[in-house]
Amino acid sequence: MASLRNEVLRLYKSLLREGSKFSNYNFRMYALRKVRDEFKEHKLETDPKKIEAFLTFGKENLDVVKRQVMVANLYRTDNLVIERKTV
Amino acid sequence: MFRSAQSVVNVGRVSSLGQMSRVKGYGALLSKTDIPLNIPSAFITLCSNRCKESSNKEISKDLEGRPLYLDAQATTPLDPRVLDSMLPYLTSYYGNPHSRTHAYGWESEKAVEKARKQIADLIGSDPKEIIFTSGATESNNISVKGVARFYSRSKKHVITTQTEHKCVLDSCRALEGEGFEVTYLPVTKTGLVDMEQLEAAIRPDTSLVSIMSVNNEIGVKQPIAEIGKLCKSRKVFFHTDAAQAIGKIPINVQEMNIDLMSISGHKLYGPKGVGALYIRRRPRVRIEPLQSGGGQERGIRSGTVPTALAVGLGEACSISKREMKYDHQWMEKLSNHLLKRLESMPEVIRNGDVEHTYPGCLNLSFAFVEGESLLMALKDIALSSGSACTSASLEPSYVLRAIGADEDLAHSSIRFGFGRFTTMEEVEYTAQRVMKHVERLREMSPLWEMHQEGIDLKSIQWSQH
Repeated sequence: MASLRNEVLRLYKSLLREGSKFSNYNFRMYALRKVRDEFKEHKLETDPKKIEAFLTFGKENLDVVKRQVMVANLYRTDNLVIERKTV
Repeated sequence: MFRSAQSVVNVGRVSSLGQMSRVKGYGALLSKTDIPLNIPSAFITLCSNRCKESSNKEISKDLEGRPLYLDAQATTPLDPRVLDSMLPYLTSYYGNPHSRTHAYGWESEKAVEKARKQIADLIGSDPKEIIFTSGATESNNISVKGVARFYSRSKKHVITTQTEHKCVLDSCRALEGEGFEVTYLPVTKTGLVDMEQLEAAIRPDTSLVSIMSVNNEIGVKQPIAEIGKLCKSRKVFFHTDAAQAIGKIPINVQEMNIDLMSISGHKLYGPKGVGALYIRRRPRVRIEPLQSGGGQERGIRSGTVPTALAVGLGEACSISKREMKYDHQWMEKLSNHLLKRLESMPEVIRNGDVEHTYPGCLNLSFAFVEGESLLMALKDIALSSGSACTSASLEPSYVLRAIGADEDLAHSSIRFGFGRFTTMEEVEYTAQRVMKHVERLREMSPLWEMHQEGIDLKSIQWSQH
């Protein structure tokens, strides 16, 4: 159980780290919001089978994020007006 | 003439506020880049001595960077997850999905059939009832013209509403040219179809009722389930243009008794250039195809199915199905926030029904402010006053006129469209900018001043010249 917990935490951190690499503001913010909300929603899950299924789903998505960060960053644009203000 | 205008501009730029107020006409206007250029000239002399310098400085700073995107009804960005599903079929797997003799064809066909199933799962249909098309416009054309023409021997009547999308209205016009009769139902003040009127309009020779699920301009949700039930009991086919509804609100073709439904890819974070059409098989809806060719898609839509686009549409549907509730809650949060902020101003009117609405589309009229002027001032936000198809013209939207909005209010409307990728910060920024510019434009307007003084503008006889 403890190893499963570690795996989940590792996945959570990886998803946030990779998601924050989107150069596109909207994709980046969505990725972070979605990852946080998704993990929060299922944080009380105890069924190991379901946790395994979530892990598989999360890992697939981590691969998608890694690939898409690369693709999106190949065609990056200027920052949005809103980013200039917050930086 | 040109040179003199130019020199006036220079005077306007270098001079202080005091001097500027003396420069009247076009030059003063040009010096303030944030002021729209299409304000009637009568306003200009009035406004030149009222403009505050503060708006001048800020704009040059704001124009750096890309505008925010708040036009989700026109199109949505491609979800990176959707692109990820499409890329293999744009690179390695290029087979024609209709090639039956080799592995290249089989792998593409498998992908297309998976996508078909993903769409079917979202709307509760059988995969065999899904036809791939080039978009909702084509789906609407096939439905309206195809059904009407197939049953034209015995049935010569079609019903639709005045607030439909242009492609449905135009298809109906084409049918009228072929001798069909079309009833364009009016809608209520809030944009909803009156069920009694609809029932009264159905005749023995009515073949089709076509009513959209969610309006693209005012976000009004029609009572689809009720209409479906009525159409079923009267044995009339029911088509709905669900381009703006699919993936955003729950739609089930069985529960809602929908016979034909148009789906668009790029309104639900999928690729542009692809759509789908649901056609009921039991009881069978028959259609006269518009396009002749190789007989793909059960002969209803000949032409090779674009594998990558179909896969993208399928994945977009699958994501929407999984995340519909999550996305919908987010839309509600964003739209409530914007509404709360903007309704703190006086004379802001919401167009369309408050209750039966999709929260991702908010259509507001700012009285005494011309919509186009506001759009020009809000260069840093991508907004629209209505449908993208008609955004090139300055005519007020026919949808707003159909819901009985006054001409001046129809001219002052702005549509705010949120999507999955819109952030709260963007909405707050938009609210601040809109409030600032509405106040500024109103301060310039003599009509607003008269309204403040309590003069009823409708009672004034404007002199003609």
